[in-house]
Amino acid sequence: MIVPIIFLVLCIVGSFFTGLPASFLVNEMIIRLARNLILVLSLILPIITGLGLNFAITLGAMAGQIALIIITNFSIGGSGGFFLSILISTPFAILFGFLVGKILNKAVGKEMITSMVLGFFANGIYQLVFLLFAGTIFPIRNDTLLLPSGVGIKNTVDLANIKYSLDHLIPFNKIKLPLFQKLAEYPIPTFLLTLLLFLLMGYLLKTKLGQDMRAVGQDPEVARISGINVEKTKIISVIISTVLAAWGQIIFLQNIGTMQTYGSHSQVGLFAVASLLVGGATVDKASWKEALIGTFLFHFLFVISPLAGQNLFGNAQIGEYFRVFVAYGVIGLALVLHAWEKDKAKITLSDID
Amino acid sequence: MDLLQMKNISKYYDENKVLNDVTLTIKEGEIHGLVGENGAGKSTLMNILFGMPVIQSTGGYEGEILINGEPFTPTDPKDAMDVGIGMVHQEFMLIPGFTITENIKINREITKPTVISKVFGKTLEKLDYEAMAKDAKIALKKLDMSIDEYLPVAGLPVGYMQFIEIAREIDKTHLKLLILDEPTAVLTDTEAAKFLEIINRLADSGISILFISHRLEEIKKLSDTITILRDGELVKTVSADEIDIPEIARLMVGRKIELTQMAEDNRIKKDEILLEIKNLRVNMPGEIVNGVDVTVKKGEILGIGGLAGQGKIGIANGIMGLYETSGTIIKDGKELPLNNPREALKSSIAFLSEDRRGVGLLLDHSIEFNIVFSSLEIQERFLKKVGPLKLIDNEEVRNHVLKMIEDLDIRCTGPRQHTRHLSGGNQQKVCIARALTLEPDLLLVSEPTRGIDIGAKKLVLDTLVRLNRELGVTIIITSSELGELRQISDRIAIIYGGKLAGILKPDASDETFGLLMAGESIEKVVD
Repeated sequence: MIVPIIFLVLCIVGSFFTGLPASFLVNEMIIRLARNLILVLSLILPIITGLGLNFAITLGAMAGQIALIIITNFSIGGSGGFFLSILISTPFAILFGFLVGKILNKAVGKEMITSMVLGFFANGIYQLVFLLFAGTIFPIRNDTLLLPSGVGIKNTVDLANIKYSLDHLIPFNKIKLPLFQKLAEYPIPTFLLTLLLFLLMGYLLKTKLGQDMRAVGQDPEVARISGINVEKTKIISVIISTVLAAWGQIIFLQNIGTMQTYGSHSQVGLFAVASLLVGGATVDKASWKEALIGTFLFHFLFVISPLAGQNLFGNAQIGEYFRVFVAYGVIGLALVLHAWEKDKAKITLSDID
Repeated sequence: MDLLQMKNISKYYDENKVLNDVTLTIKEGEIHGLVGENGAGKSTLMNILFGMPVIQSTGGYEGEILINGEPFTPTDPKDAMDVGIGMVHQEFMLIPGFTITENIKINREITKPTVISKVFGKTLEKLDYEAMAKDAKIALKKLDMSIDEYLPVAGLPVGYMQFIEIAREIDKTHLKLLILDEPTAVLTDTEAAKFLEIINRLADSGISILFISHRLEEIKKLSDTITILRDGELVKTVSADEIDIPEIARLMVGRKIELTQMAEDNRIKKDEILLEIKNLRVNMPGEIVNGVDVTVKKGEILGIGGLAGQGKIGIANGIMGLYETSGTIIKDGKELPLNNPREALKSSIAFLSEDRRGVGLLLDHSIEFNIVFSSLEIQERFLKKVGPLKLIDNEEVRNHVLKMIEDLDIRCTGPRQHTRHLSGGNQQKVCIARALTLEPDLLLVSEPTRGIDIGAKKLVLDTLVRLNRELGVTIIITSSELGELRQISDRIAIIYGGKLAGILKPDASDETFGLLMAGESIEKVVD
């Protein structure tokens, strides 16, 4: 409970120093929530299943980007392109999630560090494929995707074709009423989709599968003896997490409009994890509330910190440093707090009568 | 009608035969008591029957199991559940964060279909909490429990947890056989009495009960038939009316190792006290010591025995300061600092850990280094000074180690061999060599022959006796094998429930040992 309060105080204090108008902050936060909520949501299931923070959602983000590269290659744009990329990313994400789940089952007790390293490792393969194989082994039709040498995908891929394809899916601006004109400025369809996914997640946790996941997360031994297939349950949890991350990354990028081929995915795990933790989640406890609160606080801090740094210290870079410091710091803090609480729960001699 | 027949069951763990040709038959509606010392094979037998994964991963079992005359080969706990076998495990198998209802209904949740589940399959059906709570309430009622079924299990008294586990089992509509593994160990006397009453009632309703307990009185009172296991073999299956408690105790302990010829005992017995332990409490998980007072005389071999989990292992670990400890330990008139292994070693105490491969040895280092490192670290032996640096004197080490290898007959390719590749017996000898290098006057030995073949067992025990007789080292030996304690000890302390139950002479009767280990008071046993 203490972590979100500290961040709330930081946000309130910080927002005084930015001098930014409240309307700007509200607008900025709406956009950022729409962009990030699904990525943060993707972390919840692995935590409930006892796998801790799934840094390997990076692989899900890669699946999303693979799909985006494919639709850009065939120059498919608009909402059709968007939904096609969702469709294409899903099998990739299921495959990646399955592999990650398999590996995490082999690394019981070390899931978090394993998932993090898996993210780095997958990044290596991703680079190999798109730097070396694209244009040689895989033919690329769309020359604008390729580096001047004809081998490898460019650093930056322009996603103008599908920019705002979800955010502006519902054509509010066609209705000539002030209210709808106003609504058109906001990513309403994205929020609706996010809401739908949050509701589905809530539903999932109330099903047999969700109950199995909670049992596995709380005590895998008891779950196993009760006849629950522990490994399979964990793999399903990671698969769902990875698929959500893939979709989340596509939604994130359709809002941004450009994709850093070799960079966009690399910090997805880190920022999503930090967001969730800022919301008060721990390594073994998380829900949609923490996802929502955390995403809000973390990104609010992101918005205000450069300006607050500029106004306080005369240097925007300090605010920038502060953001990175906060992201890593909060993860470190959460892990230490978790270890500390586990240690506290140990029985000492004085507990024995 | 026989509900369950287990015929000629044998099981190996690696080379060790832990079950040898055991046959067990349970009739419908009967209460069958199963007794035996630790390592007698009770748990292994139950694990086989319940299809626990550990059995498959160690090569399965031999023999045949019949349920209602039908062959049954369990490979997964689910198989056992499907044929109506339920088990209440020794340690609680409840999920603390779940409510009582959720625990009772675990993996048998009642669900109702929804639109989503019709598309994506049955696992996405929604839980029907109301129906689940109703069932849970019925099961609890059968046990005379009136507790709110929506309470989380965490924080409930342990007695309740035991009943919730049973409620979970009887909620299974087709339950035919209920296995209870030491169910009363954690219950208070009144709880236990109520518990036994309920077991009787369950049996009357037609459910067979397989009851495992160390409390012989309970077994005798409750069971229709009693099966006694010893060293993985069936000793006897007998109707409960035809056997009395002392007889059960005698059969359970038995005399296993024929006494080998020991080195001649020409010690002059002195009554000088070497070690005095007062109110020792040790927080060793699973082996909690809770207030032990004992004195050790100079030059004797004191055995410490008792069943697993009663705390005997914790004593030596506490003296060495390996687990959180309180109380007073006085050695040679000086109080020993607690929780400080270095000081314990400096006070001329050496320790052969029961966890030979974990605590006892540096598995990826040479025999040579394993033998000298404690001494090097604590006593600064085997060092030579070169200017400001202290370097290991390799020549001195080599000479010492070669002598040790010869003295103790350590079978190895040479002093540079890594200890990981030695056999259990030779690893133990390396541990002994290291302890000897410290030249201790008190040697603590825990489970010295665990996982060692018979031949090497004798060698290890002989070595210990020789140390005692020739070098005058006082030895405290902790062992689960009563036979070996009786073979070499002067006195044997039996630990029960973290406390000293009594001290016996090694030639006391099997019956006395059996009863004392099962928690009878010494006054009652000796009379």
